[in-house]
Amino acid sequence: MSEYKTLAHEGLWKNNAALVQLLGLCPLLAVTSTVTNALGLGIATLLVLVGSNVTVSIVRNWVPKDIRIPVFVMIIAAFVTIIQLLMNAYTFGLYQSLGIFIPLIVTNCAIIGRAEAYASKNTPILSAWDGVMMGLGFAAVLVILGAMRELIGQGTLFDGAELLLGEWATALRIEVINFDSQFLVAILPPGAFLGLGLIIAAKNYFDERQKAQTQPTAPAEKAERARVTSLT
Amino acid sequence: MKLTMASSPHNHSLKSVNKLMICVMLACIPGILVQSYFFGIGVFIQLALALTTVSLAEAAMIKLRSRPVWPTLSDGSAWLTGVLIAVSVPPLAPWWVVVIGACFAIVIVKQLYGGLGFNLFNPAMAAYVLLLISFPVQMTAWLPVQSLLNTPITLFDQIALIFTEATYSGLSLEQARQVIDGATGATPLDHVKTATGQSLTVQEAMDNNAFTRFAGEGWQWVNLAYLLGGLYLLKAKVINWHIPVAMIASLAVCSLFGYLLGGQAGVAFHLLSGATMIGAFFIATDPVSASTTNKGRLIYGALIGLLVYLIRQFGGYPDAVAFSVLLLNMAVPLIDHYTQPRTYGHGAKK
Repeated sequence: MSEYKTLAHEGLWKNNAALVQLLGLCPLLAVTSTVTNALGLGIATLLVLVGSNVTVSIVRNWVPKDIRIPVFVMIIAAFVTIIQLLMNAYTFGLYQSLGIFIPLIVTNCAIIGRAEAYASKNTPILSAWDGVMMGLGFAAVLVILGAMRELIGQGTLFDGAELLLGEWATALRIEVINFDSQFLVAILPPGAFLGLGLIIAAKNYFDERQKAQTQPTAPAEKAERARVTSLT
Repeated sequence: MKLTMASSPHNHSLKSVNKLMICVMLACIPGILVQSYFFGIGVFIQLALALTTVSLAEAAMIKLRSRPVWPTLSDGSAWLTGVLIAVSVPPLAPWWVVVIGACFAIVIVKQLYGGLGFNLFNPAMAAYVLLLISFPVQMTAWLPVQSLLNTPITLFDQIALIFTEATYSGLSLEQARQVIDGATGATPLDHVKTATGQSLTVQEAMDNNAFTRFAGEGWQWVNLAYLLGGLYLLKAKVINWHIPVAMIASLAVCSLFGYLLGGQAGVAFHLLSGATMIGAFFIATDPVSASTTNKGRLIYGALIGLLVYLIRQFGGYPDAVAFSVLLLNMAVPLIDHYTQPRTYGHGAKK
């Protein structure tokens, strides 16, 4: 059981794909302009990650080491195609607004990274759990970043949620602040970089604080050096 | 008591950061005065807003970083950033524009990078670019000079425009900045860019009542005033000659070629319009984010001049000093790496 707990902690926080490994930055930065887009891409990535992790784990004993990467990529591409067709069928508006970034899930390093680092060495059930946790961690960062950018950029939340969730979701749209003019930089790519930097800083802050709380060690006494030279 | 001995040379210029910053701000005064003469008292309101915001933001950030507040705040570097932001936004821009810019400059560009001396980018220009791409409408709403306005904007109306975005009688800024022939007033650079985009020649574009002399009514005097302030800075040895001279020379050479070969706007137009002079003397010379070797400064300035010309002539924006300075800020580590002066007694050419 503790294996599952470790995997959850790794995927959601300690080894978060977006915040710590900094993998999959391209979709992370490109599609998080609204919560809806971020949530859509997050769910798509999560599904692909779980599917590919399970499949890779099942076939891991029959795939020769030398050609494992192309095989993994083909498995991932198959799942991405499935997701793409599903989104095209059921969430067409979102499919159009995400555009090229759905097929580009294939190239998301977070997915091939998990296939290579975890799924190819572990049992299907553990791999599926790892996929769920990693995917949730990634999706959570996407949604937080999307919320930040949407809120600062246009003052709303869940704008266009009906594209993802159907007609009833129009009611989800919250107008938090009413801007006369949009704060464009938050919606443009620079805002994504700034936002991601701030989220990483916040995570580091929490980590540091936790570390300070759990082990209140006395600061190591600094050796007093007679002469300090820094020739590096 | 601890006695430290630095290595030679032991002479000191007797200039503290505080004195340097005060000096630069004093040198801005002629430019600010001329700007407010032509474009109204709004410049001073923006200055007050910017100075208040940078002081608060800087104090808050230093407090968060548990540093002594007053010694850091009183070095004046934040105030200079505030002054530069205030003079680069349009005088009647809404108050929140300059407040957002000043906060961004201090909190993100300066303090998050480690404070004075550690910022990779020029805080004022990074803030200007942020504002320009975020609020293109507000940031390009420059007034035509007061003498060309349909109805002169009173002091009271200027304050009302900044804080409520409408004059007392209910005119928006867009309506208030109409000039006599009903066209919207644009800066000379903007005007030439739009006109040449409509396949008018530069001569036709400049054959307009906004262009009484070389570079458009008002703007040439603003630039000359900043040039005056810049010369004072050179005289007081606050800045080195390398960056401004290299930047102006390269812009002049480029525009001379453009004028002779392509019939484009002349040298005087490029040198005396937009942000050329304040850019050359006050912005590009920022000691933190500019190149630190003499040879490097020449390269840095010359490349800024080249980029300013290229973006003005072929880019999407009418003026380009901020973009050029930021781009070259990124190149500074490389420039510095390749232009290290030879240490005396080491590595002489054989």
